[in-house]
Amino acid sequence: MAETKAPVERPLSPHLSIYRWPLPMAMSIAHRITGAGLYFGTLLVAWWLIAAASGPNPYATMAGFMSSFFGRLILFGYTWALLHHMLGGIRHLIWDTGHGFTQSEREWLSLATLVGSITLTLILWVLGYFAIMGGTH
Amino acid sequence: MAVGKMSTPLARVRGLGAARSGTTHFWLQRLTAVANVPLTIAFVVILVSLLGRNHAAAAQILGSPLVAIIMLLFIISITTHMRLGMQVIIEDYVHEEPARMILIMANIFFSFAVALASAYGILKLSFGVFGV
Repeated sequence: MAETKAPVERPLSPHLSIYRWPLPMAMSIAHRITGAGLYFGTLLVAWWLIAAASGPNPYATMAGFMSSFFGRLILFGYTWALLHHMLGGIRHLIWDTGHGFTQSEREWLSLATLVGSITLTLILWVLGYFAIMGGTH
Repeated sequence: MAVGKMSTPLARVRGLGAARSGTTHFWLQRLTAVANVPLTIAFVVILVSLLGRNHAAAAQILGSPLVAIIMLLFIISITTHMRLGMQVIIEDYVHEEPARMILIMANIFFSFAVALASAYGILKLSFGVFGV
């Protein structure tokens, strides 16, 4: 019988942690995570609509929370998640047609998802601040 | 084939076999994905246009026919899409029963509750506020 000794560290089967992270893989994982985030983000949409339907005070409570630092942080994350999931979804729809599967196309599409979602998020927030400064009415 | 002598004419027409479901999930997921693109863009435009407005103005815009109908379509499409998406996530990661079935049920309850709550808000605004 063999003496008890430290078990040899060897991978049983290759899994996510074994691979380096190419961009398409990272974007695939981001697509699922943003989707899950948006799932719970719909609570904010429901809260917003119910508050608007309930009157000025509930609406002011919601608007107050949303304009707080924590609220803005959530809203900023929601904006990025929404746009990233939308662009990632368009990428998947392109893939559904059988196009965009070469090495360079996969890299390019994944990069476009990331750069596009960040760019659009920043543009939207600049627009949002302009909309607010345009006058409260 | 197995779908033949032993199956009813209705089952044969449905063509779903023992799995009891065909491409419905995939199709509905992609259908709502396509719908979500223009609806999400419209939702973002509506949201930005309401920033900084007080309740009366926001309620009137949200309750106006075009905005309300777009918002209803958006809510129906995204809650259907998220229900299907979350079900896949649950099926991927939760294999033990009854946790799997409980989560799948909770997912459906949650999705419909969010959909109905949101739709209620939109309809209440629409039917409660008259245009100027």
